[in-house]
Order: sequence, then structure tokens, then C-alpha cells
Amino acid sequence: MIALSNTLLVMLGTSLLGAVAGIVGSFAVLRRRALVGDLLAHAALPGLCLAFLALNYRPASEGWFSPTTSGNGNWQFTAMLIGAFATGIIGVALVTLVCRYSRTKEDAAIGIVLSTFFGAGVVLSSLIQNLPTASSKAGLQTYIYGQAAGMTREDVWFIIIMAAACLLLVMLLYKEFQVFSFDPGFARAQGWPTLALDMTMMGTLALVTVVGLPTVGVVLMAAMLIIPGAAARFWTDRLGRMLVISGLIGAGAGIGGTLISAGTIESLLGFDPLAFGHNTRNLPTGPVIVLCGTTLFVISLLFAPRRGAVARMLRTLGVRRRIARENLLRSLYELSESRFPDLPEVPLKQLVDERTWSAGTVRRLVAWGNTAGLIERSAGGVRLTSAGRKRAEKQVRLHRLWELFLISGADIAPDHVDRDADSIEHFLTPEITAALEAQLGAQGYLPPASGVVPDSPHGLAATITSRPTGQEPASD
Amino acid sequence: MTEWFSSLNVQVQDAVLVIGIATLTNVACALLGCYLVLRRMSLLGDALSHAVLPGLIVAFILAGSMNIVYMFAGALAVGLLTTFLTQAVHRQGNVPADAAIGVVFTSLFALGVILIKRYGQGVDLDPDCVLYGQIDLVEFYTVSLGGFEVPRALVSIAPVLALNVAVILLLWKELKISAFDPALATTMGINADRLFYLLMALVALTTVASFEQVGSILVIAMLIVPGATAQLLTDRLSRMMLIAAGVGVVSAVLGYVLSLAWNVSAAGPMAVVAGGCYAAAALASPRYGILSALVRNAQTSLRIVREDLLAMLYRLEELHIERRLGPREATQAVGAGVLAELGLRSLLRRGELARGERGLELTERGRRRAAELVRSHRLWEAYLVEHLGLAADHVHDPAERMEHFIDARLQEQIVADLSNAQQDPHGREIPAGP
Repeated sequence: MIALSNTLLVMLGTSLLGAVAGIVGSFAVLRRRALVGDLLAHAALPGLCLAFLALNYRPASEGWFSPTTSGNGNWQFTAMLIGAFATGIIGVALVTLVCRYSRTKEDAAIGIVLSTFFGAGVVLSSLIQNLPTASSKAGLQTYIYGQAAGMTREDVWFIIIMAAACLLLVMLLYKEFQVFSFDPGFARAQGWPTLALDMTMMGTLALVTVVGLPTVGVVLMAAMLIIPGAAARFWTDRLGRMLVISGLIGAGAGIGGTLISAGTIESLLGFDPLAFGHNTRNLPTGPVIVLCGTTLFVISLLFAPRRGAVARMLRTLGVRRRIARENLLRSLYELSESRFPDLPEVPLKQLVDERTWSAGTVRRLVAWGNTAGLIERSAGGVRLTSAGRKRAEKQVRLHRLWELFLISGADIAPDHVDRDADSIEHFLTPEITAALEAQLGAQGYLPPASGVVPDSPHGLAATITSRPTGQEPASD
Repeated sequence: MTEWFSSLNVQVQDAVLVIGIATLTNVACALLGCYLVLRRMSLLGDALSHAVLPGLIVAFILAGSMNIVYMFAGALAVGLLTTFLTQAVHRQGNVPADAAIGVVFTSLFALGVILIKRYGQGVDLDPDCVLYGQIDLVEFYTVSLGGFEVPRALVSIAPVLALNVAVILLLWKELKISAFDPALATTMGINADRLFYLLMALVALTTVASFEQVGSILVIAMLIVPGATAQLLTDRLSRMMLIAAGVGVVSAVLGYVLSLAWNVSAAGPMAVVAGGCYAAAALASPRYGILSALVRNAQTSLRIVREDLLAMLYRLEELHIERRLGPREATQAVGAGVLAELGLRSLLRRGELARGERGLELTERGRRRAAELVRSHRLWEAYLVEHLGLAADHVHDPAERMEHFIDARLQEQIVADLSNAQQDPHGREIPAGP
């Protein structure tokens, strides 16, 4: 291998780790088991310590434990990873068992196993600290917070091998993982070994976790497994794309975090864009990586097309606007209905009273109707144009069709149907409308000519001559 | 009181202090934990215990030292912020609840770690303390209170425990209803959202008060494990609280003893003891334990074997077969094995079977029991043929299974539904009822 600068080496390691954690973590996020990563990371500690103790065990005559003199560091490191992997998987298996055979729910089961295993790990690591030896103690600090900056070439090789193994597994079992994530019941019905699949999936998670632990630490490893997948979910509904995006987000967080904490960005730009009164150089790499991931998550949450919060808010606003416009037309129609075929003027104030709108809202809506050629403004108020009357007729018909349907089909009193129809009229599709017409026509609720607006089945609240409601018009 | 305390020797003083503080901490956590477990929000407890870290550091920076009031304020703010952000990401972002929790608390924790690394120098909050807590050093950190030197931990945890107990007693009914049936709570006009935030605020306060003692990561053990253990042992909320508090006390005492034995910090052993309590309850709880379920299943299997033996011997008598089965033959016929042996032995012991000269004989009592069973079996057969239209040669197997679970009341109902309750579909006589 060519000599890599340290930053480049760390960047390679963290980005690869981020990518593979993102890909494997996507499955956990999809299966609503996001916090299993947290569980694995905590449950790995007792395994690490046990492996260390086992490696350094000596007969009592030699003083029980002493640091291995013969074993090389790499072998010891590998053994500790195997121990961590084992207790992690045992923890996940215990959660599965507890959920299946006791009344404890999954969230509590995860909490119980996580805290108990971690407690045991803390005890074991304290025992190790108390050993009368000085070399290569499993430092708890490193385990909790990680030490990305101290990444060695061997560590990067470990990550590369682990990433290759995980990616190979995911590729080989892609179809199975896909079906199992979205519809475990179907997978069982297909006769697949779901327990083995589940454990394989958890195995890949555990593998990523134990290899990543020395780099980013326990809590932040859980973050690496959750955040990219949760962020990628905003961008797509296809699993393949989600895995790719999740991998990219994970890698991006790794690269960004490494560059920021190594001060590379600062030296490139000549100033530190992220410094809030302080230098960002020499910040701990793991947490910075996570915060980069968080930033990408927030961007996804807000700005992703279709699923993002902003897009959804705009959609909601669009629907609200359409409903308000349709309601305006219907109100105008119903207010002037008694004077048809004339198109009388409706005082603005009455329109405001008719709806629970503010005057400003009414003015905005009227302005829209004006530009669309559906409403004319005049000194005294507003009136429908003939085009506007056509549009309003459609809306009123839908409203009254639904009212008649409720009266005829659901036996609701005529004075109770107005509100229900209000909420549904805007969402009646042409197919439903046709079906309603056919049914109501057959029952004799509709005027025989098609396309005619039926009369309202209940008294209308107000008409245009601003009489107080409820009073009969004086007979001339 | 203080004189009595000073007269004790140092080790005992130490033990009393550590166990006392740990007990208060564990009980404060356990009481709230019951609600967390019932409402399936255990992992929010996990999240809060990590997420208050940045709140603490900010409180530190602002106060310049360990100021309890600032710490509580910071924790409360971050606790409510965590809860709010989690809800917002879950609802506005349409992210599954568990992923929302995961994203929020890990991000806040990362922020906390960065703040510690940057501002943690000069304040006595080192990363180790965040992990283990300092319960073993509790007597070294004291504050003056009314002329007495009181451990600082006591000053922070005692009021929080009192507050938890007060809130739980005051809102007993509301908290209970919203824990078991949120929909009902809403229809009764209880504001579930407000209660939820109140609960989370208490959890945040308790977390911070416990933080110094047991460390951020082991708070989760005390929040979840006692409540989950109690849930396995009882169906009443009041009893659940008491049991959870008991588990907290046991963890404190035993954990301390183990920490002395192993010469390690007390927080780890306490979590392990709590986990051990849960494991014991999960296995041996009378109603919900795994072993109890196994025992119940074994008892049912044994009963079925006994009943099969009786029914078999009854049918031999019914067919006027002179030959009697020996013990070996009889057990072979009902599937052999340990269960069959045990079943036969208990029948002999109960005096429902006797060893005759020719082999096993039904006693009068045994015959009555057997007639009862055969009656159930044949009634069921008749019922299946008459009402479900099954063919007569298809009804034996289901009746073989059902006969063990038809009691007198069900028998009466079946008889009432049958046109002929004297004969089964195979033309055999249905034995008369008692």
C-alpha cells in the first residue's frame, strides 16, 4: 500500500464504515428495529472484556491473569471482536426470546438486555482495570467515545474486509431481505427459514457494530446504523435506491466529519466556516461524523421531494386552497340561487358571514376568482359570471348528491347532512359521482334530466336579501 | 440521628450512605419506570438518559460549576426538547417512532460529547463520571445544609423522589387510565399529551438527579428493569409500583455488597442485580413465568394421559373383553414415555385404578371418571355429525382432543342441542351423565 496521509486513511475508514452501516442499518430501520443497533453496541462490551480475560488467563500459580507476551496485537484484537460479536448476538436472541415467551414488550426487552449486559460489561472492564498488569487494557473510554483519529492501517483493513463480507451477504440475500423487511408474514408463508434470515440480518448488523465500535464508540455506532437509513427513506420508495442513498449519506457523513475534525476544511479555505467562536480542529471525530449525518437527515426531512416535510406542507396547503376556492363558489351559488337565472350581486359582508373566513381570506379568494374569470367584482359586492356559475354548479351538485345519498342510504336527518357533505364533496371522484347519480336516480331522488342541480334537501341558511335568517319573506 | 451516625465506624457509615442514596435513586426511577413500561415508552427513557448530557454541559458552562438548580433546569429543557423533537420527527417527518428516537438522542449525545471535550476541562465532569456515576465517592461531595454536612447527591435525589411520589399520588387516576387505555383517557377529557410531557419532564429530572450516582447509561437499567419485573408479577398498578420499588431496593443493597466483593464501582453490579431480578421473574413468576407455563403445560399433558388411560380401560369393559391390560401394555397404548408412567402411577395413587389379578382394573371412582370422559367424547362426535355435517368416520380425532376440555356445563348445552343424546354416530351408547 502506498503511504497514505493520516487524514486520508481515517477518511477512507470512516466513509467505508458509514456506507456499510447505512446499507445494513436500512434494513433495521425498515423493520422497525432501529434501536437494535443501540442494543448490539452496548451488549458487545461484556464480550470484549471476556475475550480479553480469556486471552490473558494464566494458571493460578502464575497469578491468574497477565498480559499475553506471545500473542500479537492483531490476533488479540480479532479475538475481542469475536467476543463482542458473540455477546451482541446473544443479546439480540434474548430480546427475541423474551418478546416471544413473556408479556414483556419489545421496547422494555431491549432496555433490559441492553442495560444488564452493559452493567456486566462495566463490571468486567473495572476488573480488568484492577489487574496488576499495565499493557493493552480494554479502555472503556475508547469503547464509549471511540477514537477515529487513532485509526491504523490494520483497522482500515478490518473495515474493508468487514464491508466486503456484509455487502456480499446483502447482495446474495437481496430478494430474501427485501421480502422479509416488508412482509415477514409472506416470507414465512413462502416456507423460508425466517428465523435464520432474521439472525443473518442481525449478524450483519452485529458485524458492522463490533468493527465500528473502536472508531466511533457505542452510542455513536447506534447513530451510524439509524441515521443514514432514516434519511434515505425520505428520498425514495424503492429498496435498491434506498440502500444506495443510505450508503452515500453514511459515507458523506464519514468524509465530512473527518475533514472537519482534522481541520482540512479550515486549511483548504483559509478560515473555519463552522467555528462558533472556537476552532473546530481537533474535535472528536466520531461525534462530528454523527452530527454531519444529523445535518443530512434534517435536510432530507425538510427538503426531500414528495416525502419531505416542506413538500408535504405545500401539498396540504394546495388541497386547502382548492377546498377554499370550491367553497367560495358554492357559497356564492347558494346565496344567489333564489334569483337565478339572474346573477345577482352578493354583498361581501354576507360572504364573510356565510363562511368562517376572515375578510382578508375572502378578498384573496375573490381576487383569484376574478383573474380566473369566474367572479366579477363591483362596488356593492361580487357576482358569479356565467362561467363561474357553471363551475359552481358542479360543486353544488356534488355537495347535494352526497347529502341526498346520506338521507337515502344512511338514514340521516336532512338537517344533519350539511357538515358531512362539506367534508366529502371535495374528494368525490367522477366514478363515485356517476355511481351516486345512478343510485339516486333509480330511487327517484334526482330530477329526471341529468346534469341539473337538485334542490337542497334542507333549508339554506341565508339568501342574498340580507334578511335575518329564519324569518319568512314577507308576502307582497 | 447525627450522633448515632457518627458513632458508627467508617465502613458502615460508607455503606449506609451509598445504599441509602442508591435506594432513593432506584426507587425514584422505578416508580416512573412503571409508567414507561406500561405505555411502551421504555426506549424514550433510554433516549432521555443519554440526551440530557448536552443540557448538563450547557448548565455547567452557564453556572461555571455544579449548580443543582442550573443542572435541573438544563436537564428539564433538554428532556422536553428531546421529547418534542422525537414527536415532531415521528409525526411531521413520518419516520417510525423507534428510528425517530434513535436519530434524536444519538445526535444530542454526540453534541454532548463534543461539548464535554471542548468545555469539560476545568469542571469536575469527566467522561468516566458520565458512565459510572460516582456513587462510591458520595461522601466526598457534601454541601452544608442547616449546619450539617449533607452529601450533595442526597440534596438532589431526595426532592426529586418526593416530587415523583407527590405527582403520582395527585394524578394517580389520570396517569393510570392514560397508561392502560389512552383512548379512554382522551374521551374522559384527560389531556394525554400534557400528561405525556409531564411524565417525560419527571423522567428528565430523575435522570439528572440519578446521573451523578449511577451514570447516564445505567439510569436506563433503573428506569426499565424494575417496572418490567413487577409487570411479570402482578396485574395491579399499585402493587406493581411497590414491587418495582422493592426491586430497586434489592438492587441497591445486593449491588453494593457485590461491588465490595469484586472491588468495582457500585453502579455496574446494581444493574446486573436488577437484570438478575428480571430473569428470575421471567422464569418463575407464578402467572407469567416461562417455567410456570412449562409446568402448567406438563400438568395438562399429564391430565390428558391419565384421562386417556381411564377411557381406554372403560372401553375394554364396555366391549366385554375379559382380558385386562398390564401396566406395561397400558402405558404403551397411550404413547409410552415418562408422562404415561407418571400418569399411571398417579391413577393408582388416587385409587381410580387398582392392580387386579388379571391386570389393571377400574375402581368405582375411576369408572365414574371414565364414563364422564367417554360421555364428553361421544357427545362431541354426535354434535359434529349433527350440526357441522361431518362424516361419522371423521369425528373421532377431533373428539379425542376435545374430550379433555368439555365440562359439565358444556355437556348440558350439547345435550340440549342434540336430537338424540343416547347414541353416538357409531351407534354406541353415550354413558349417562352424573
